Amino acid sequence: MRTGAARFDFPGFKVMTFLCLFILYAPLVIVMIYSFNDSRSITTWGGFSLRWYVDVFTGPDSAKFKSAAFNSFSIALIAATVATAIATSAALAMVRGGRFKLRTATFGVINLPILVPEIVTAVAILIFFNTIGFTRGYMTILVAHIAFCIPFAYLPISARMQGIEGVYEQAAMDLYADRKQAFRRVLLPMMMPGIFSGFLLAFIISLDDFIITNFVKGAGVETLPTAIFGSVKQGIRPNIMAISTMLLAFSTVIVTLSWLVSRIDRTK
Amino acid sequence: MTDERPIAIDIRQVIKRFGDFTALKEVSLGIRDNEFFTLLGPSGCGKTTLLRMIAGFEDVTAGAIYLYDQEIARLPPNKRPINTVFQNYALFPTMTVLENVGFGLEMQGKPRSEANRRAGEMLELVQLTQFAHRKPSQLSGGQQQRVALARALAPQPRGLLLDEPLSALDMKLRKSMQIELKHIQRETGITFIFVTHDQEEALTMSDRIAVMSAGEVQQLGSARDIYEHPRNMFVADFIGDTNLVEVSVDRIGGGHATCNLGGGYMLSCEAVEGVGTGSRVHLSVRPERLFLSTERTGPEALRGRVVENIFIGTDITTILDLEAGQRFRVRASNSDRGNQRVFEPGQDVFVNMERGAARLLID
Repeated sequence: MRTGAARFDFPGFKVMTFLCLFILYAPLVIVMIYSFNDSRSITTWGGFSLRWYVDVFTGPDSAKFKSAAFNSFSIALIAATVATAIATSAALAMVRGGRFKLRTATFGVINLPILVPEIVTAVAILIFFNTIGFTRGYMTILVAHIAFCIPFAYLPISARMQGIEGVYEQAAMDLYADRKQAFRRVLLPMMMPGIFSGFLLAFIISLDDFIITNFVKGAGVETLPTAIFGSVKQGIRPNIMAISTMLLAFSTVIVTLSWLVSRIDRTK
Repeated sequence: MTDERPIAIDIRQVIKRFGDFTALKEVSLGIRDNEFFTLLGPSGCGKTTLLRMIAGFEDVTAGAIYLYDQEIARLPPNKRPINTVFQNYALFPTMTVLENVGFGLEMQGKPRSEANRRAGEMLELVQLTQFAHRKPSQLSGGQQQRVALARALAPQPRGLLLDEPLSALDMKLRKSMQIELKHIQRETGITFIFVTHDQEEALTMSDRIAVMSAGEVQQLGSARDIYEHPRNMFVADFIGDTNLVEVSVDRIGGGHATCNLGGGYMLSCEAVEGVGTGSRVHLSVRPERLFLSTERTGPEALRGRVVENIFIGTDITTILDLEAGQRFRVRASNSDRGNQRVFEPGQDVFVNMERGAARLLID
């Protein structure tokens, strides 16, 4: 692919590229570096240390962060699981359901949450919970997370399904499998990379969410992003940098995993 | 001949419509037990649709399909004891070769040990025993093709459908698979229905061929029958190479028709039902049944002038313009035995026909 003639190479491109990368990543790099700072200051370097990582787990705020982390991970796990199940059914209907009335409309409805500004979704969900008299707390966060995770789980799953020709299920049924067996033995294993990748994406989206969570959470129930936000309002301490770095590392691992899994091509 | 064998798959007045489009216009075919039967036709002729209806992937708009005594047209595919070899094989990528081949048996409720044993036997039949524990993606196209065949044969179906299974293979492999398929068909005694658009493939393998076009069976017969006695224009043109000449029928009598080619040239050939005196029809003359000479050899020899010689290895094809106005191709085998000689472009020659070489076609 790297033929000289086909490459764009204009003066200034390199500078522009590096500038963009710098603006995007320099703050992250600085946060990561200063999370290992021995000083209480967030701007002056006082030598390498892991004290702020220890502080996260044992310091005065540790109880708050622990419960926030538990909420975040349990909500992400449940929300991603439920959203993946719903998204898988939706993908099956959309890709294998043939042409049905309102198919395009259905596609829109499934994917709309990605396009709608998150603040609008957040306000809408809040109004919804207030209208039906649902007390805000852990459950409201969970329900909201399931709802907005569906399209993120749906996209990789339906992309994978579209790559699987119907002939595999036909071959299974030709070989005496009924619909259920054809699905379970042939289609589902072939869909697995897409489903796993959809699950991971939903998981990370739920884990990272701040706006919607902040609107629908009840008093005293925090997730990691809202807990961090709450701490920062009282001034930035280096332990926030440590938490952020850990979250960043975790997210990177998950996203990388999701990408690797989606690359497994089992249709060939 | 094979006429006394019972009918295995009986297609009775089957019609298939997709919306306004009629893919099959009342097709009736009786495929005999243990027969290698081929549906031959260009793409869009309805051959694959018919195959898919036998397999159960398409429903019939009207008509019936019988497998021996059982009406199967309305059964789902998993209730029909018929298996398919798909065009792109459709091997299950998440399973090993052995699991693929054993899948049908397992779905039939056979214990795993028996399924594995039988799958092993099938792999032996297609000479892939050493690949049993590989994934399909680790095999070559030809090997995948044989796995697909073994998988479809393993449950011992009462009919095997093959949907252009050789089209993805290269020429050499295709030729050897043709022979292997025919061999396996004889060895297993299973009725094969083979779909192809390749007339040479059809002629090589089939006991009988149904030539299809535009949703209809144009002609049904043995390979030789269809080649030597094409019924209509489509079949003559589609099967093999031929010279098609428009003629008017001057006289019919004694089982013979006298045809006028124009320019004072007359040809006599066998009369055909459906072609009467005065009708303008086509004659088909196979190029290998013509020969050239410098001297007139009979009353029906045609005068012509050589345009070009084309050398294709085993044969030499000579293109020439007849005095009567038509362009003809004459093929001679590339050998000295028949005292063949090559005529130069521009040379005037006579075109002579073997007896019975010209066939009248209904349009």
